[in-house]
Amino acid sequence: MDAIILQVLNGLDKGSAYALIALGLTLIFGTLGVVNFAHGALFMIGAFCAVTLSRILTLSHTVIDETRKDFLGNPLKVDVPYVHDLFGVETGDAIIDWAVPLSLLFAIPIMIAVGVIMERGLIKHFYKRPHADQILVTFGLAIVLQEVIKYFYGANPIPTPAPAAFKGSFDFGAAIGFDPNVIIYPYWRIIYFGFAAVIIGGVFSFLQFTTFGMVVRAGMADRETVGLLGINIDRRFTIMFGVAAAVAGLAGVMYTPINSPNYHMGMDFLVLSFVVVVVGGMGSLPGAVLAGFLLGILESFASMREVIAIIPGINQVIIYLIAIIILLTRPRGLMGRKGVMED
Amino acid sequence: MADLWEENMVNSKLSRRGVLKTGAVTSAGLALPTIFTAQSAAAYTNEPTGSSVTLGFNVPQTGPYADEGADELRAYQLAIEHLNGAGDGGMLNTFSSKALQGNGILGKEVKYVTGDTQTKSDAARASAKSMIEKDGAVMITGGSSSGVAVAVQALCQEAGVIFMAGLTHSNDTTGKDKRANGFRHFFNSYMSGAALAPVLANAYGTDRKAYHLTADYNWGYTTEEAVKSSTEAMGWETVAAVKTPLTQTDFSSYIAPVLQSGADTLVLNHYGGNMVNSLTNAVQFGLRDKQVNGKDFQIIVPLYSRLMAKGAGANVKGIFGSTNWHWSLQDEGSQAFVRSFGTKYGFPPSQAAHTCYVQTLLYADAVERAGSFAPCAVVEALEDYEFDGLGNGKTLYRGADHQCFKDVLVVKGKENPTSEFDLLEIVEVTPVGQVTYDPNHPQFQGGALGSCNNGA
Repeated sequence: MDAIILQVLNGLDKGSAYALIALGLTLIFGTLGVVNFAHGALFMIGAFCAVTLSRILTLSHTVIDETRKDFLGNPLKVDVPYVHDLFGVETGDAIIDWAVPLSLLFAIPIMIAVGVIMERGLIKHFYKRPHADQILVTFGLAIVLQEVIKYFYGANPIPTPAPAAFKGSFDFGAAIGFDPNVIIYPYWRIIYFGFAAVIIGGVFSFLQFTTFGMVVRAGMADRETVGLLGINIDRRFTIMFGVAAAVAGLAGVMYTPINSPNYHMGMDFLVLSFVVVVVGGMGSLPGAVLAGFLLGILESFASMREVIAIIPGINQVIIYLIAIIILLTRPRGLMGRKGVMED
Repeated sequence: MADLWEENMVNSKLSRRGVLKTGAVTSAGLALPTIFTAQSAAAYTNEPTGSSVTLGFNVPQTGPYADEGADELRAYQLAIEHLNGAGDGGMLNTFSSKALQGNGILGKEVKYVTGDTQTKSDAARASAKSMIEKDGAVMITGGSSSGVAVAVQALCQEAGVIFMAGLTHSNDTTGKDKRANGFRHFFNSYMSGAALAPVLANAYGTDRKAYHLTADYNWGYTTEEAVKSSTEAMGWETVAAVKTPLTQTDFSSYIAPVLQSGADTLVLNHYGGNMVNSLTNAVQFGLRDKQVNGKDFQIIVPLYSRLMAKGAGANVKGIFGSTNWHWSLQDEGSQAFVRSFGTKYGFPPSQAAHTCYVQTLLYADAVERAGSFAPCAVVEALEDYEFDGLGNGKTLYRGADHQCFKDVLVVKGKENPTSEFDLLEIVEVTPVGQVTYDPNHPQFQGGALGSCNNGA
């Protein structure tokens, strides 16, 4: 029982990342009809917003420490962050420590700008082209973006830790009556799950309860008619692209303490997120979220050594296996709409 | 006159088709790569005929190990500089052999070409092949992965050039996949296990329950086997050994069940991005703050790399592992190399840079001593060759398997680093005698060196 609870918790956390990326993918597909293979790159750029802010906050000037030597035997050059000079050592360290949460504010305008530039500058030219062309151009863009990041930040992962207050793990098992140390869960992953829930809830509320969201939903259902009513639906869709980019970017920012970001992290998530979108049903926002959590939980269960002992290699194929089963039994995915990607 | 011409043509049985055929054959012959033509008259593949000789540096320039590849390339460029007599000479001043004089190799200026392995076996073979066939490289060296090393080593054996492996740690490179034309200076999984086990017994006792997470590929298997057998021999119990996909980025579902298994030690047989992520996840789960079986929970990383340790940040603090070499070593050779490299590039070299630099000098020295670039002469010069002054103490290039035998470093993540390079501290220099094994040791069985190939 404890092992099952543990893997459900793990799955919820994995599913949070899948769901957030898939949500953005579906938003773009549902509004603009574009299959955006560069969406993983947006997740990666979000993560590097956290790296960048962290570097900005640790910008330093050099002080020579005559009492210590560097590796060549010269007096050691010690980097002193400017925030120490500005706010004192204690407050300065606290600001640096909170770099990741602060990056959320830093990332929102950057990600919206990146999304809008990407849509206006490149993707809008491919609206009327076949999906294969869209996939090729966005995939190419993803590769360009990751190479740009690699050029500036290198190929190695860059540690971007959570604030010290959120380090360590919560003994979930002890809290619900199991033995201590049996079901433990890192605080930051609990925060990530909560954060994902807030973002998903926010996007749904925005689409459901605002006039802007209502117009967007109307445009998703019948773009032409909304246009005939004199509404500039293209502008709203561009904004939605920016919102989708921001969702992916914020998911990336919050993911950095879980795994040190590297230039390839977007690609690692992209394929899985596409499977999530297809399983959920192309164009279905609730489907993307549901499939994200479902596949996250199943992937976690498939990683249990008891399961691997019965079906070797299941941990590597479970997601694709589920995708095949769902597509065979429900060709439109779990919550897919008729007519989407069927022309 | 025209009739006479036609008659001659008929008599000589020449036809337009015949002329075209002859022309095509001649053109094809002229267009053949040098490997099939010039060398037919040469004694061995890519025999240098001019005033220079070309070496091929096959390193990951793109992909996940690009930073490690860049450091390897820096080391190669430094080695070339020193071989050609520029710079401060680096380890040429401390190397026990004095055959190299800083005037190239056998008086020929050393030049180089580079290839990108992308850390993919097929790409690495293609780039090595191109450097051999198009650029005339007489030796290939480099790489940051055992899969690549094994693939390129086999190619060099077929082509008749020497392969001086870069960073490759799997037992198989000089075990079941060894080749006569291939040589490895870097240490291996067995040596890591043999060096680590006594240090771990000292630090954590002989009554431990270990849980292994192992990258699901060749290097992971040999490392798991080596660490398991070494630690079990001193009394540890292996509770479980779980394979993790090489493409895995989030290891939470593999780490979460570790505590439930009753294990009090986690061994991460991971390298590169896998190591950074699994270690980060394990620390996040608070494993190191737990007590199991009345003991503090411990994590071990059998193969450390400074570049990877940087990626894991503060998570490496206090964690044991092994390494081939470290810039903080105080011997004359290491200090000379660190000084040369640090002065040129502004930061200390990695263990990958060290092994690549040393392999280049060892090759050049072997050619110089043999008086020939012929692979079989080089093989003879390197086999059972003993040397010193290159950073790991007295070292033997064993003839039976072309593996270097030297001291191995057991290191620990430093608690209070003074810089971004100062991440590991040396806990013990394990003497070579403790990590030496029989060529027929079960972990190295299968395969045969075969005989050297001069190619051509």
